[in-house]
Amino acid sequence: METYQVSEISEHMSFLEMMDVLNERLITEGKEPVAFDHDCREGICGSCSMYINGEPHGPDRGVTTCQLHMRKFKDGDTIHIEPWRASAFPVIKDLVVDRSAFDRIIQSGGYVSVNTSGNSQDANAIPIPKENADLAFDAATCIGCGACVAACKNSSAMLFVSAKVSQLALLPQGQIERKERVLNMVDQMDTEGFGNCSNTGACEIECPKGISLDNIARMNREFLSAKV
Amino acid sequence: MASNKGILNTSILRKFAMALSGLFLVVFLLQHLTINMTSVISADMFNSLSHFMGTNPIVQFALQPVLAFGVFFHLIMGMVLEMKNRSARPVKYAYSKPEENSSWMSRNMIITGIMVMLFLGLHFYDFWLPELKLKFIDGVWNIEDRYFAELQHKFHDPIRVALYVLSFVFLSLHLMHGFQSAFQSVGFRNNKYTPFIKKLSNIYAIVVPFGFVFIAIFHFLAQ
Repeated sequence: METYQVSEISEHMSFLEMMDVLNERLITEGKEPVAFDHDCREGICGSCSMYINGEPHGPDRGVTTCQLHMRKFKDGDTIHIEPWRASAFPVIKDLVVDRSAFDRIIQSGGYVSVNTSGNSQDANAIPIPKENADLAFDAATCIGCGACVAACKNSSAMLFVSAKVSQLALLPQGQIERKERVLNMVDQMDTEGFGNCSNTGACEIECPKGISLDNIARMNREFLSAKV
Repeated sequence: MASNKGILNTSILRKFAMALSGLFLVVFLLQHLTINMTSVISADMFNSLSHFMGTNPIVQFALQPVLAFGVFFHLIMGMVLEMKNRSARPVKYAYSKPEENSSWMSRNMIITGIMVMLFLGLHFYDFWLPELKLKFIDGVWNIEDRYFAELQHKFHDPIRVALYVLSFVFLSLHLMHGFQSAFQSVGFRNNKYTPFIKKLSNIYAIVVPFGFVFIAIFHFLAQ
């Protein structure tokens, strides 16, 4: 564990900008900067992944680390930062973890097959009940950051997988591969070494996109009906 | 294609089986409390009901083995799930605030579950083992008025009563999460019924364990 003192931090800075200030200083001093994941810095890519003061993405709710502002902390505070901890997310360096387990889960079934021979139907031509469209959209807002795994005491990926299963199971385009999808994705989730869901609800509270536990119940139903 | 794993080698099916065995035990507890509560009302009623349960062949040779299997399965599956969950996070967080996002009960089902299982060991020692000895070794099946006296005798000891009370506090904590969590595990969750299930879960988790506590204290004070 390393301890750094950082000064000249504005309350308007994002958490990642504070990390930038620290790293610039470390580089100037000829030291190794702290490695961390980041990309869009506007809360939509799911890259940033820090466990800040005992919670994924820090103490704020409904935000990613890049959207967390330093005004959430007091001057002189000691801030504890760790990488996501899960056997399925091995640490690459410092605060960077390998989340390719999520990619493999998506590859196992998180898609719809579309005929691209020129006869493909316009998706908007298929009527979809408003309620289903809204639920599917809510599920599709999952950015795959892995905060659910980080927050869960069992490192379970059920919230992520259930969001991806739900967004397709609720739409007509997802019906053809519906059963195969949930079986394959749950199988891959188990193969990756994620834990079981204890229904603590920590994932839902810490999710920056507010993905609901309703999705986990839906995936349980999807899986059980596909299995029988 | 999904691999053709064994029926309990899938995380969702393990949780499904855990939930079903838990709900089965929830129903059993209610039946157990109902019969025990008659001991507060009438010794004769308690004796006749206990004698029926203790001698009826369907209860003894069909329902009791199912119950024993349910308890054993719930215990073993709980251990299996706990080991798998621990292996999913081999390196723990140095600094964590789980109380910010989840209840103590939901995070410590294994602790409250083990405490309840330890209590079951005491409970079997107190009532089940003497019952088995009397019926299957000594061959005594026809004493109809012994149950109330045996119950009172056990709750004569204040330490035993205190242990029972403490155990039922753990059972209450276990049920507070377990009851409503079982419905989520079987996929039963919707806006219409889930708020009711959560309320029912809390009521059940308080009323049933404290019903048993009331019976233990009642018989202790009655002597």
